Amino acid sequence: MNEQKLLELKKKAGLIRRYSIEAIAAAKSGHPGGSLSIADILSVLFFDEMKVDPKNPKWADRDRFVLSKGHCAPAYYAALALKGFFPEEDLKTLRQTESYLEGHPSMKSVPGVDMSTGSLGQGISCAVGMALAGKLDKKDYRVYTILGDGELEEGQVWEASMCAAHYKLDNLTAFVDLNGLQIDGATKDVMNSAPVTDKFAAFGWNVIAVDGHDIEAIRKAVDDAKATEGKPTVIVANTIKGKGVSFMEGNYAWHGNAPDAEQTKTALEEIDAVIAGLEG
Amino acid sequence: MAKIATREAYGKALAEFGGDERIVVLDADLSKSTKTDTFKKVYPERHINMGIAEGNMMAVAAGLATTGKVVFASSFAVFAAERACEQIRNSICYPKLNVKIGATHAGISVGEDGASHQCVEDLAIMRSLPNMVVMSPCDAQETRFAIKAAIEHEGPVYLRLGRLGVEELYTEDQKFELGKGIVLCDNGNDATIVATGLMVQEAVKAAELLKAKGINVKVVDIHTIKPIDKDLLAECAKATGTIVTVEEHNIIGGLGGAVCEALAETCPCYVKRIGLNDTFGTSGKPAELLEKFGLTAEKIAEATEAAVARK
Repeated sequence: MNEQKLLELKKKAGLIRRYSIEAIAAAKSGHPGGSLSIADILSVLFFDEMKVDPKNPKWADRDRFVLSKGHCAPAYYAALALKGFFPEEDLKTLRQTESYLEGHPSMKSVPGVDMSTGSLGQGISCAVGMALAGKLDKKDYRVYTILGDGELEEGQVWEASMCAAHYKLDNLTAFVDLNGLQIDGATKDVMNSAPVTDKFAAFGWNVIAVDGHDIEAIRKAVDDAKATEGKPTVIVANTIKGKGVSFMEGNYAWHGNAPDAEQTKTALEEIDAVIAGLEG
Repeated sequence: MAKIATREAYGKALAEFGGDERIVVLDADLSKSTKTDTFKKVYPERHINMGIAEGNMMAVAAGLATTGKVVFASSFAVFAAERACEQIRNSICYPKLNVKIGATHAGISVGEDGASHQCVEDLAIMRSLPNMVVMSPCDAQETRFAIKAAIEHEGPVYLRLGRLGVEELYTEDQKFELGKGIVLCDNGNDATIVATGLMVQEAVKAAELLKAKGINVKVVDIHTIKPIDKDLLAECAKATGTIVTVEEHNIIGGLGGAVCEALAETCPCYVKRIGLNDTFGTSGKPAELLEKFGLTAEKIAEATEAAVARK
């Protein structure tokens, strides 16, 4: 990846973080921690990888994306708006009564959303369905999904994982946002799903572990996934919940709480400083 | 005439209409029981086994449907409507995806497998989901009509099907429209028996028994539980003043509930609900179970006579 592209992707990740915080603050509700932890993954997918067309969101040959951890919609919506699916200024209407920006992704109301999600464990199955359709129709689109690590506690994730490997869905790439925290606390204390990589390997997946905030590492993992034949790939992304906002990082209290005005100001200053640094 | 189960007709109809390449059939390791193997024999590439994982199957069906497929997802009613209920709600009904749920082995006529496998709550649960259409055909021909209507309808459909072979009521030239009840018998205005699924045949027989006693009733087949034919029900209520509903389902929330809701707002009248009285089924031979739980022509006739006597 050239320096210019890397800077661009880092900047997009910064903007995804900024817009997530702004939208959640405006809504006075939402999920900042996990939205911040998936910003770098979304940046690579939407601005360096996926074939999508904002002018034709339902383009039949597009790559598909399913946010299985649907509560991180603020980051997803930010990526879609930055990509041009809808106006960036609409992001601040998140979760409001007359807004099309539902609290969790809605394919019926939000341009660019390929699947309605929010109930954990179901999105990966939907992604499996899309990947199966791609195989049936002999199309070369790829399907991406992001799971939370808390989400791995849903049994359906493993039903879907078994199914994806059984049908050799090498057009499917799943990310696990391994930030180690869920609403009630540390994942290892609430319900330990470790070792995540071994579990997916045992289910027949190609497993790649990366630093989920290292754009180049994510990019390379996606390339490896695309080069893998006969099995789906999971990219286990080691992330920090709340990444980019110092007081949110590693604190499960920020799973589903909105920052107040003062906290929002601090958060945005920190994010903006990173973006400004990139612009040099 | 040979008796045919609606599940048999389901498999045959899938094979018959399977030339439509949008159709994909999913099953959860029950292809021989749900009869989707009939489709599989003709279109093996579009029959995908999901294994014993109904929750995953429903959401996979949703994902397939987002690409333009018309997906039939099949299992026993109790596992389709109930184990996978929330997947049906959130991944299929909420985004209004084109998934048809072929739910076989509904009701107590499942027989020997017993209560764990006899679904008597599915109509209530499925009809409460926004965007869901709920159909409960009574014989092979009507099942064929229902499958055709389900394919033509854009959006989720729940198809309630049975294991037990049943007598044929309809022929190919019967007029059938989704959401429109069929008046099968119009002997008079003493009462209207409204039935669904395999109770329709029993209701027709009950009308004959009643006729011999000088009680003249109408019989209506409500094959579409949702949207229910409010106009026809109101018309019957107005003409007869007494309604008897019959279903192989809990009396709570199914056909009887739907009829009461419709009539309460259009033409309130006395409604006697016949079905399972808020209880589970049990193991046994299907015919013996239908007898045990009062789901026979004789019991329907008795209840109707009592309802008429209230007038």
